[in-house]
Amino acid sequence: MWYFSEEEKALQELCRDFAINELAPKAEHHDNEESFNIEAFKKMGEIGLLGITADPAYGGSGLGATAATIVMEELGKACPASTLSYLAHSILCVNNIQNNASEEQKQKYLPKLISGEWIGCMGMSEADYGSDAVGIQTRAKLEGDQYKINGSKMWITNAQYSDIAYVYTRTGEEKKNLTTFILEKDKNQFEVGKPIHKMGMRASPTGELIFKNATVPLANRVGEEGDSVYHMMKNLEIERITIAGISLGVARACTEQSIKYAQERKQFGKEIGKFQLIQKMIAEMSTETDMMAHFLYGVAKEYDNGNKGPAIAAKVKLALPKMATKIALDAIQLHGGYGYSREFPVERLMRDNKLNEIGAGTNEVMIMIIAKDLLKDLKPKK
Amino acid sequence: MSNEFHQEIKEQVKKFRLEKIEPLLEKDDHEAVFRKEIFNELGELGFAGITIPEEFGGAGLSYTDFCVFLEELSKTSVPYAVTVSVSTMVQSILAKFGNQTQKEAYLPELTSGKEIGAFALSESGSGSDASSLRTTAKETDSSFILNGSKLWITSGGVAKTYIVMARTGQEGSKGVSAFIVRDGDSGFTYGKNESKMGWRTSPTRELLFKNCEIPKDRLIGNLNEGMKVALSALDAGRITIGAISVGLAQRALDESVSYSLTREQFKQKIFEFQGLQFMMSDMATEVEASRLLVYHAAHLLDEGRPDPKISSMAKLKASDTAMSVTTDAVQVLGGVGYTTEYPVERLMRDAKVLQIVEGTNQIQRVVIARQLRKSFN
Repeated sequence: MWYFSEEEKALQELCRDFAINELAPKAEHHDNEESFNIEAFKKMGEIGLLGITADPAYGGSGLGATAATIVMEELGKACPASTLSYLAHSILCVNNIQNNASEEQKQKYLPKLISGEWIGCMGMSEADYGSDAVGIQTRAKLEGDQYKINGSKMWITNAQYSDIAYVYTRTGEEKKNLTTFILEKDKNQFEVGKPIHKMGMRASPTGELIFKNATVPLANRVGEEGDSVYHMMKNLEIERITIAGISLGVARACTEQSIKYAQERKQFGKEIGKFQLIQKMIAEMSTETDMMAHFLYGVAKEYDNGNKGPAIAAKVKLALPKMATKIALDAIQLHGGYGYSREFPVERLMRDNKLNEIGAGTNEVMIMIIAKDLLKDLKPKK
Repeated sequence: MSNEFHQEIKEQVKKFRLEKIEPLLEKDDHEAVFRKEIFNELGELGFAGITIPEEFGGAGLSYTDFCVFLEELSKTSVPYAVTVSVSTMVQSILAKFGNQTQKEAYLPELTSGKEIGAFALSESGSGSDASSLRTTAKETDSSFILNGSKLWITSGGVAKTYIVMARTGQEGSKGVSAFIVRDGDSGFTYGKNESKMGWRTSPTRELLFKNCEIPKDRLIGNLNEGMKVALSALDAGRITIGAISVGLAQRALDESVSYSLTREQFKQKIFEFQGLQFMMSDMATEVEASRLLVYHAAHLLDEGRPDPKISSMAKLKASDTAMSVTTDAVQVLGGVGYTTEYPVERLMRDAKVLQIVEGTNQIQRVVIARQLRKSFN
């Protein structure tokens, strides 16, 4: 993008090389085996990606949503699943601690999370509270100077590998009585349930966090009791912008693969790229990918300039994943029999991307948020 | 379309799929396991050669009846439905073009479901452009010698009888012949087993022919008239893929409605949200429209006046519907829909290849356009 800073352009190059060398060669393997590319994850720490938005004082890069989105796009082109794990760590855990935790907590947790020594996750969704996240029922109760936490969290990216979990709990009966804790695996402040098998994002571990009367010191609480609804809503904005970056990467990869295949594959004595039906497919794929990039980076830049809001982030999150699924389905179609086999990456990209229409708020929840913003003058029902 | 007989077929197949296939499905899909005994049992119930005349051991029923069977079976397993559908297609070809000796030698084991039949046309370089195939069959005094390979062959490795299209003459469609090749024939081996996005319980395999010598009486019909043999199966093939698509889509719709009627968010059943109601109303409308088109095409075929335009439309519409409805079903189920604990993610993976097999949907559009032009000549 013409408006990328020199720093952002350099980051793009760095991530492009990293994706080609470290993620792409192993993506098919980890998808097949449902295993986590932990070597690549650790290397992300070495090259300085794990604290992309965090303050340099703690080892972070001090960059914004635009930079984080660039990382998502470039890594997402090669392996959306590894990128999702990266997002859970750097945006859901690190960025939340950076923005909401105390100085003492930041000093304690951020350097090791940013170097890659520790892996982090975030616990929001529960089995019965997915779209209705503010309704969560995991309870934290203050007893003396310690909290007792009970409940469980579902569909947690990185659960099995996490040293640190940033977890939302209920501390009161009113809907908004939500409080966050930073929990440590080493101190038995959470347990991990069985792994969840998925259609895609198979190289990104997903599991359950379980709290059975977990004892947690007051020092692990983030802010005051009841602060967390605001924290949650604020972080969801950058989460939605950056996850859309993974879908942009998927769309780019599918378009590039399709253009390449259309020029190589011959049927009826000529390259299939000479057929108008194929031309229509790749022309539309490329046009839509460009639209996605301009919309997404425009919104990310605005976010970095202070023009934020839940509705615009929701619009990006509604538009991009949906378009990327369509593009990936077309890419499989264009590759025919080969596209359906695991030998070519397009079917994996499609399976991976479908998650982006569900995770970080479903398309349906995005519609609710956008409509609520557009129709805010409507009088509430009596 | 719905009469008592069809109701009986549906109930019988429903009982079978729920008892015998459904419990194993998640695991078998994950591990890509095909169970031949399931196919054999379908044969014992009389479903392995539904449209084949009774004199050859078939059930002597119509394509409409066959579609009812396939639609119902596909609600649980598209892969087993496809195995039956391809095996039946092989029998149709033998029944129509085979000589008496060939029919007697190969049909009984196929119609009874003791053996599986497979059809080998595609090659790595010739998918949509089928008649450019390069596998050769050289005629000697007493035999044909096959050399080459076939790719993406459904039931490859588990089938016993293969109909293989090979070049015996000039380039293009007029130099191709159809042969019967049997598992175990010398020079005939299997290549790589495809690892696929979906249809994982149905083996898809490469066939390799290295100086594979088969007796002369394995030629089906006349020399160099193989494409005629292959094309004869086209209408039926497209209609059956249509029926399979409808069954798959119906299951996805059923899963969506039942889940949304139990799942609560924001203190109400998610079915109560208009966004989901509209989504599911569209899904249901598409499924019903596809079903009508498929059974219309089957009806024309049963009346002896198959219409290639309608058959192609049925395949195109029903498979596109299967894709969009299964994608929406994953969406309706949200997080759990993306996990393997619920069937919808598998339905979505199984749907995609319906838009690719039996002529990609691009090819269906070419066929429809050709018929549109014809109607104005």
